Amino acid sequence: MKILVCISKAPDTTSKIAFTQDNSRFDENGVQYIVNPYDEWYALVRALEIKESSGAEVTIITVGTTSDEAIMRKALAIGADEAVRIDSEPNDAYFVATAIADYAKDKSFDLVLTGKETINFNGSQLGGMIAEALNAPYISIASKLDVSGNTLTLEREIAGGVEVVEVSLPSVVSCAKGMAEQRIPNMRGIMAARTKPLQVLAPNKTDQLTHYVAFASPSAKSGVKLIDPNNMDELVSLLHNEAKVI
Amino acid sequence: MKNIVYIQANGTLPKAAFEVVSYAHQLGGTVTVLATGSLNSDALSVLGSYGANEVIVNRAITGNDDQTIAAWLAQHIAGAHNLVFSHDFNGKAIAPRLSVKLKAGFISGAVALPEADGSIKVNVFSGKAFGYVKSNTAQRIISLLPNSVAPSMTGNACTVQEVNESMGDSRIKVLSVKKPEGTIPLPEAELVVSAGRGLKGPENWGMIEDLANALGAATACSRPVADIGWRPHHEHVGQTGVAIRPNLYIAVGISGAIQHLAGVNGSKVIVVINPDSEAPFFKAADYGVVGDAFEVVPKLVEAVKKFRANS
Ligand SMILES: Cc1cc2nc3c(=O)[nH]c(=O)nc-3n(C[C@H](O)[C@H](O)[C@H](O)COP(=O)(O)OP(=O)(O)OC[C@H]3O[C@@H](n4cnc5c(N)ncnc54)[C@H](O)[C@@H]3O)c2cc1C
Ligand SMILES: Nc1ncnc2c1ncn2[C@@H]1O[C@H](COP(=O)(O)O)[C@@H](O)[C@H]1O
Repeated sequence: MKILVCISKAPDTTSKIAFTQDNSRFDENGVQYIVNPYDEWYALVRALEIKESSGAEVTIITVGTTSDEAIMRKALAIGADEAVRIDSEPNDAYFVATAIADYAKDKSFDLVLTGKETINFNGSQLGGMIAEALNAPYISIASKLDVSGNTLTLEREIAGGVEVVEVSLPSVVSCAKGMAEQRIPNMRGIMAARTKPLQVLAPNKTDQLTHYVAFASPSAKSGVKLIDPNNMDELVSLLHNEAKVI
Repeated sequence: MKNIVYIQANGTLPKAAFEVVSYAHQLGGTVTVLATGSLNSDALSVLGSYGANEVIVNRAITGNDDQTIAAWLAQHIAGAHNLVFSHDFNGKAIAPRLSVKLKAGFISGAVALPEADGSIKVNVFSGKAFGYVKSNTAQRIISLLPNSVAPSMTGNACTVQEVNESMGDSRIKVLSVKKPEGTIPLPEAELVVSAGRGLKGPENWGMIEDLANALGAATACSRPVADIGWRPHHEHVGQTGVAIRPNLYIAVGISGAIQHLAGVNGSKVIVVINPDSEAPFFKAADYGVVGDAFEVVPKLVEAVKKFRANS
């Protein structure tokens, strides 16, 4: 079985989110990058569990620049077999999805996994786009994934509940909490990662369908109004008369 | 200008359906709603009052399969400028497919109507910032974050047409559906009561549920609480859990770590109850009560009950 896991880099969850002076770009000053948590904790670790239980070859793919190789090495240290980097700025979801689908289309992957979303752009776009480009079924926001022969059984989020579904390989799945647990790479993994293959490919010429014009930070709260813990009637009255939320 | 909205119509229409129809109406021009599901025509005609001109409901598609739904929508969108979805589990699967199928720019997670330059404000960095995104194509696809734009009634009449256009069998077979009983789904809830590790143990959640029931609110929790198994995973809010934007978020015994705030700071009003006046959450709060949850929450429950009884 061949599994492709899409990995993206994201700023560490404690990073200060600021933008350059003209608000055109994310300010990377002092920012530490990590593997996007959904990609690492759920998609990659579940792929590795499948590899351990029934045998699989796990390839990771990232559309990014040389600066993404640190997080790719981390994914290799956790246990992926090989890595592919499509050498380009990942500016637009369609562009990234097309690059990944172009790479995947003649390599007969049985399963393509993505995270539920990136924590920096929160688009939840890529999985569906790759599935359409590969003409494959797409199971989004899955919290459980089991493989038996040629069949996947999954649980996924639907309106106010969870649906248990079955689908044949090949398929595309976006992975969310519940699927697997975080793993910390060990020394042997880190050493082995240094020599695992990391292939760099040029992207095909593809259009971009969207672009960011600017960024903005939310306006600061005007300050908290403190209420006497013995006067909850006042809190209720403020929520009704002042805030108008109840 | 021609606008198309997709909704799924089974059971009662969710608030998100009214939001997307209102949004499309406010974009200007006509609004056609393409629906799948079993909801009857009378119930669908209500969408007229939110700005729909016509509703076309396909009875041949009943499930959630993004591939058949996207294929059906693609047959009906000729000449449409905007295609609007809710940014829910459905929109997140169908809209990206259509973007590739139609080669139309997809603006995901919109929180407002377009700006003068045509860009649209979206949530980025899990609610810690906003971006303004522009489509490079004339036809664009927009998914709207729930609870971002208030639905408004304009009072039109609309036609409802039933069609039976099968797009073949879904490749995804549904084996079963689990629905949590009687709870309000978190992303749709307007009022949310949430609690964290400060509650000391799962046996103390009774007062949180009392408060939620008194208000008619949904319940949520911080991540460690879901991880230890005090509360179910679907209640976990934050950067790695569910992101919510309710009108009111009451946080009890939660410190307000940046990853927690990321999923809730889109809330319109935040109330924090915590004995530690230095807890970071107070910086993000509108109203704060510095006090012990075990004393404050029962009093708040009584105050809410009294208020509800008198109004
Ligand atoms: C990559 C990453 C992602 C994460 N994602 C999330 C996420 O999505 N969501 C999330 O919630 N967390 C997330 N976290 C964890 C986050 O950093 C915090 O650890 C977590 O939010 C703390 O939960 P808490 O506030 O319940 O507990 P604590 O931080 O332990 O806070 C407990 C609070 O209760 C108060 N308290 C004590 N006694 C009482 C009392 N009697 N009455 C009232 N209050 C009392 C204390 O003063 C304290 O402020 C993430 C962390 C990482 C590293
Ligand atoms: N530049 C990228 N390279 C490879 N995979 C990516 C990239 N960006 C996003 N992904 C994958 O797509 C998922 C969803 O991303 P998004 O649609 O941006 O929210 C992520 O969780 C990753 O698995």
